[in-house]
Amino acid sequence: MPEPGGRAASSPLVGGSAEPTLAALSAEGRAAWSFPALDVPEAALDLPEAAAALPPLPEVAERDLVAHFTRLAQRSFGVDLGAYPLGSCTMKYNPKVCDWAAELPGWRDLHPATPPAFAQGALAVLLEAERILCTLTGMARASFQPPAGAAGEMTGLLVMRAYHASQGEPRSRVIIPDSAHGTNPASVSLAGYEAVPVPSNERGMVDLAALRRLVDGGVAGLMLTNPNTLGLFEQEITAIAAVVHEAGGLVYYDGANLNAILGVARPGDMGFDIVHANLHKTFATPHGGGGPGAGPVAVAEHLARFLPGPLPAMLPDGSLGWEMPPASIGRVHGGHGNFLVVVRALAYMRALGGPGLRRVAERSVLNARYLKSLIAAEYDVPYGEPCMHEFVASAARLKRDTGVRAADVAKALLDLGFHAPTMYFPLIVEEALMIEPTETESPETVEALGAALLAIARCAREDPAAGHAHPHTTPVRRPDDARAARQPVLTWFMEGS
Amino acid sequence: MDFTPHTPADVERMLSALGFGSVDDLFAHLPGEVRAPASLDLPAPLAEAEVMGHLAGLAARNAGLVCFAGGGIYDHFLPPVVRALTLRPEFVTSYTPYQPEVSQGVLQALYEYQSMVAAITGLPVANASLYDGATAALEAVNLAVGATGRRTVWVSRGLSPRAREVVATFARARDLTLVEHPLAGGRTSWQEGAGPDPAVVLFAQPNYLGVIEDYDAAVGVAHRRGALAAASVDPMLLGVLRSPGAAGCDLAVGDGQSLGSPLSFGGPGLGLFATTSALMRRIPGRLVGRTLDEDGRVAYTLTLRTREQDIRREKASSNICTNQGLNALGAAVHLAWLGPRGLAEAGRLSIQKAHYLADRLSRLPGVSPAADGPFGREFALRLPADPEVVVAAMAARGYLAGIPLPADYPELPGSLLVAVTEKRTRAELDGYAAALEEVLQDA
Repeated sequence: MPEPGGRAASSPLVGGSAEPTLAALSAEGRAAWSFPALDVPEAALDLPEAAAALPPLPEVAERDLVAHFTRLAQRSFGVDLGAYPLGSCTMKYNPKVCDWAAELPGWRDLHPATPPAFAQGALAVLLEAERILCTLTGMARASFQPPAGAAGEMTGLLVMRAYHASQGEPRSRVIIPDSAHGTNPASVSLAGYEAVPVPSNERGMVDLAALRRLVDGGVAGLMLTNPNTLGLFEQEITAIAAVVHEAGGLVYYDGANLNAILGVARPGDMGFDIVHANLHKTFATPHGGGGPGAGPVAVAEHLARFLPGPLPAMLPDGSLGWEMPPASIGRVHGGHGNFLVVVRALAYMRALGGPGLRRVAERSVLNARYLKSLIAAEYDVPYGEPCMHEFVASAARLKRDTGVRAADVAKALLDLGFHAPTMYFPLIVEEALMIEPTETESPETVEALGAALLAIARCAREDPAAGHAHPHTTPVRRPDDARAARQPVLTWFMEGS
Repeated sequence: MDFTPHTPADVERMLSALGFGSVDDLFAHLPGEVRAPASLDLPAPLAEAEVMGHLAGLAARNAGLVCFAGGGIYDHFLPPVVRALTLRPEFVTSYTPYQPEVSQGVLQALYEYQSMVAAITGLPVANASLYDGATAALEAVNLAVGATGRRTVWVSRGLSPRAREVVATFARARDLTLVEHPLAGGRTSWQEGAGPDPAVVLFAQPNYLGVIEDYDAAVGVAHRRGALAAASVDPMLLGVLRSPGAAGCDLAVGDGQSLGSPLSFGGPGLGLFATTSALMRRIPGRLVGRTLDEDGRVAYTLTLRTREQDIRREKASSNICTNQGLNALGAAVHLAWLGPRGLAEAGRLSIQKAHYLADRLSRLPGVSPAADGPFGREFALRLPADPEVVVAAMAARGYLAGIPLPADYPELPGSLLVAVTEKRTRAELDGYAAALEEVLQDA
């Protein structure tokens, strides 16, 4: 057989033929680029540090370049292809009108150093999105500089640090539930704090008695997701916040699961002081294969002076400009954050408006509850309180009966045309499958997903060996991760070495 | 308008299957005191046409200026092929490729991005992108502090002020000591005897004033003090300038916006990050590796994951989860479109045009270079008027004249940083010079 896909632009529409790399497609002297000829007199420049050779980039024609990346696109699953119930990631539909808005030349071609008088529209976008975000979270002011959720966490922790420093009492520890997302402890360490885990109680919520024992004058604050990573609303949230506040600490809201409570409940009303939101989750901006996202940080009035700056502001003459908060922690991004992501989020917020934003919460919870009930016969949910927008099912019973594990269930779902749920997280659930259908899937899709999960369990019970063998229909089957880590091949130049 | 498919009958059917009478029953377990007020002050819903009208109206309130500003973010020609491929919905609407079997396209594209960043930086290993140049500089500091166990960081004053601010923001929280080395004659004057041994020596090539630094001086001082040498580079010049790897650097970072991303008011762009094989297991962020699947076929997967936050939690090398995947794809497409000769030509044209403009402007009365030393495609000018005022007056004439320097460099009063790309035509260069002449006459 000739090389699949070949050096020519051909590819079967279905099937697993490997795609050559650009290095393999490269031929010396071939090119896609063109530039206008130099239209100024050429100067004889003898610059220092001149390159001795050209960089070893591939040389390809545009036609082959387009075929290559188009074939790569066809080897990727996205929300536009089907349901993507990846828990905690909120893989909802990304409206095309928001993409359209981000393509407008008025900001695509706008340099971040443009004087404010010539960037009034961009400043207005930031202020308008800030107002809506603050209304939804019950906060006073927000900065859109943090370019991702983890950057938002770090920013929030630096605000916390600055607040305690201003009180003349630096503190050293931050409390995190044992079910928290891994970015929480990593951010806490990077912000110079010690991460202290607080256990969950038998209901899957923060153990208030244990929290009381941990909180003292050395605790800077508590980071909490609500609903938490089990998809459960923390019933004692106001008491939890009070415990931390009484010791002089601050309460930080990780917005990973904000989708579940949009317009229904607000972190500010629960006692949170600092909130980060993930625009790429709650506000439907596309995930882009792993970014760009945006992790704006909103804070209560008494913390606004510490926010990263500059912040957009209405000036006395009625125009919009920049203003540095008086006790700002400084910059956390070289520009104004991932601005085009904010544009998309604003388009989404304005399209939905107040009623539509509340429907997001209602229907994401409805879909999750419905799916949970559909698969209850095979998948237990160890923490069985009413779930919000997601739930964490366990494949432990299936594993005990058949040996088929959560990972096998996930891979079997790929064969049935669905993306897999998040696996083995949170750590407090054995054989965890964290499932978040999102509000944009129809009841028929939710039912099909439920039927697929039940069918996988049924097949595993009939033929356990076959249950380990998925996937079969994907471009590749399970990769050898151990080999990838043992003999890392991270570039073309490391191949065959 | 919303994007949920449910009809009222659907909602009723689902609620009734769950034994509920109304949607509010779904939230019956929430404590009353945390329920949001019934009427939050939120805008009314809009139809798509209204959303488009509103956003288009806001976009139109930004002026379309001919861009001569840089500082890490440059107005290069972006071939339509970049947009065509980065708008493919499979790329746009996928997430971090945790399920490699259905993410081979995203993974291979990132692997090719890593390969091409390695190719231009001359270093063996690159990650799958960071947020921007400033946060990439911070991650280089982080890596170096972890690798050396030292808590002092040397930074050239020629590193972008934005990057220095971001590094300083985090250094304050972590009690790191930042030692800034001044510029003299436009280049960094390394104070070799300064204080305790540093973890890293961080500088920009070319520096913020556009001046080409002496690699050997920076790398030499770093290695004599047992520190890592980290260069923040301008990727569009890596076809004509020596690569940081060839110059002996241990780390290369930089703003990668020029590669595949529009100006976008400063984001999203991406941060470049490359290093040596020895430091491979300390790299922050995502890494894609090539391996085989269980049938022996070539397969790509996220690898060396034990560095990462979801596995290592508080011991992770970085807290990064999401990076700038789609922008990295754009960079890969753009670099492949350019190839070695296109990248070199983009650099050559930009530098030639920058020198033409610098020469023209320096002949205006009262205008002179603000920094000595050979420059690339960006240069600092001393003006006989307040640069903020000049920038405003130039904007009124349709030009974004550059970035005023005194706010960041009080030692350079009256100075303006001007950047030129291959995209600027002679008419625009001449028009800029004529407009500046007028503005200075009026001033």
